Amino acid sequence: MKLIQRTIVYMSLALLMALSAWAFIFYVNMIDEVHDSIDDGLDNSKLLIIHEAEQDSTVLMKHSFDEGNYAIRKIHESHALKHYDQYKDTLMYMENEDDLEPVRLLTTVFEAKENEFYQLKVISSMVEEDDLIEDLFYSLLWLYLILIITILVINTLVLRSMWKPFFSYLNRLAQFKLGKNEQVQPIQSKTAEFQLLNKVVTEVLESNIRSFHNQKQLIENASHELQTPLAIALNKLQLLAENESLSEEAVKEVFQTIETLERLTRLNKSLLLLSKIENKQFLNEESVDMNEMIQNVIEDFRDQIEFKGLELTLHSERALKVRMNPELARILVTNLLKNAIRHNIKTGRIEISLNDSSLQISNTGFANPLDQDKLFQRFHKESEDKSSTGLGLAIVKSIVDLSGYEISYNYALGIHQFTINFN
Amino acid sequence: MKILVVEDEPALLESIERALKQENAVVETASNLNDALDKALIYEYDCILLDINLPDGSGLELLQELKNQGKSDGVLILSARNSLDDKLEGLNLGADDYLTKPFHLSELIARVRSIVRRKKFDGNALLEIGNIRVDVTNQSITLHNEDITLNRKEFAILMYLISNKGRLVSKTALAEHVWGDNIDESDNFEFIYSQIKNLRKKMNDGDSGIEIQSIYGVGYKLIES
Repeated sequence: MKLIQRTIVYMSLALLMALSAWAFIFYVNMIDEVHDSIDDGLDNSKLLIIHEAEQDSTVLMKHSFDEGNYAIRKIHESHALKHYDQYKDTLMYMENEDDLEPVRLLTTVFEAKENEFYQLKVISSMVEEDDLIEDLFYSLLWLYLILIITILVINTLVLRSMWKPFFSYLNRLAQFKLGKNEQVQPIQSKTAEFQLLNKVVTEVLESNIRSFHNQKQLIENASHELQTPLAIALNKLQLLAENESLSEEAVKEVFQTIETLERLTRLNKSLLLLSKIENKQFLNEESVDMNEMIQNVIEDFRDQIEFKGLELTLHSERALKVRMNPELARILVTNLLKNAIRHNIKTGRIEISLNDSSLQISNTGFANPLDQDKLFQRFHKESEDKSSTGLGLAIVKSIVDLSGYEISYNYALGIHQFTINFN
Repeated sequence: MKILVVEDEPALLESIERALKQENAVVETASNLNDALDKALIYEYDCILLDINLPDGSGLELLQELKNQGKSDGVLILSARNSLDDKLEGLNLGADDYLTKPFHLSELIARVRSIVRRKKFDGNALLEIGNIRVDVTNQSITLHNEDITLNRKEFAILMYLISNKGRLVSKTALAEHVWGDNIDESDNFEFIYSQIKNLRKKMNDGDSGIEIQSIYGVGYKLIES
């Protein structure tokens, strides 16, 4: 839910409760006040009637309300002495409304002459409570709606403009990508909270960027530093292996060590290449003729393809020219083809298709699809092959990413297929 | 063959020196730029093996100085940086070749020999070994004055083995030299065997006087028989 919507929901609920409570208290107080003032009026009428009855005894004969607002009847003394003034709400038929209407009724007693007691009932028409409640309800409803609309308007106009720098900052932050887009324009606002946000985010980003670059630099530097010790170890072992006095077994052992170090060397070179790609050290891009590039790479691997008894078919439907670093283009094609050869089956097939916007390399291989999520991860190996560095496809992916293209993987019926889309 | 090795890493320097001496080269060494400049400017070398990162400066300065003095010693740059820019800069300054560490000693020797041949004989070198004669420029060989046809790879293998005559050349070194660094190593380079077999057949059919020995399945050695 959006911030603005959430604000409105909370405000509406809070207002609903506050207005309901207010309406209840208001109603109780108002009814109380109305009763109070009616009762005062009845009291006054009572005194006036009693006063009139003292002078005009016919008043005492008025037994029903009829056109007046009082009725008098004689009662027994014992009744009268136990009686207190009573106010109560009751209903009475009203001619004008043709209905029973609420009235306030005062019942009292008085002594007209010596030992002659009369009960006096005085009425006064009352506020119609249901009408009052209804009126109050509608008024409140209107008030409520007007308040909600006001909040809505304030939210949309005022809050939106107040939050605007925040939202545009959020958009810019969403564009942030380590190693790609590291420039985030600061928030444009004088609001203290936003400036604080700006400061905190900038600090976090900067420290991330710094450690990211340090780490990348570390990999590159470490790889460089490893080259010389590797060279020393390899060359010493190569000289040792040539020692005539060594037995066959010893020579083989030395060579196993050499092969291990060579694997380390390849790993190191691949890591170095990967970090150089990611550190954007392959800058110059030019138009690369992919058809020619592929022909050349196939030539490099011709003997290996023949040795493994693989059948390679190349469909160059159209000329494919792409903009990228030529060295990287070569590595890209080499790694994909190497992959197709290495993970192939005996007497399998490799198919390369080119058209004006994509390159597709398919090969027969394991009868299971590769894990799409891990395929391009560093050091992810699907095979048991010890000589594999697990970096080949990671390098392919980073080259494709750097050049702004896309690579996808598909599997169907034992055929593994990599497609690079150059659009 | 007179060679100056400029390398600040003593263990590496020692290995290179030993390997070159086994090839009957006269080897002098320098472990910093100053020593290297002193030696290179006074004496003539067939080839200078030059490390770029030296404690007191860049090996490229030596190249510049050689160029300024009009000296034409062959130079093979040895660098831990496999960077195209470094390579281009070195080659532009007059270096003949560029080798990235770590390298196979057999590769180093093959490159040195190639540079020396180019410098000494202007590239028109005729190598004679056993009963065969190799024309490096035209990439052709004759055996008892009869031409033998070798394909490009067979020729490259033969040249590499000849350059490293009497040395054990590993399959990896041979494969990387002939098929390039990117060759797939997963099959343990078994595929080079068929080329070696063809080459042996062509040599032995005509009493070439050379033999390509397989050494314990780890590599090959060319000897004069």
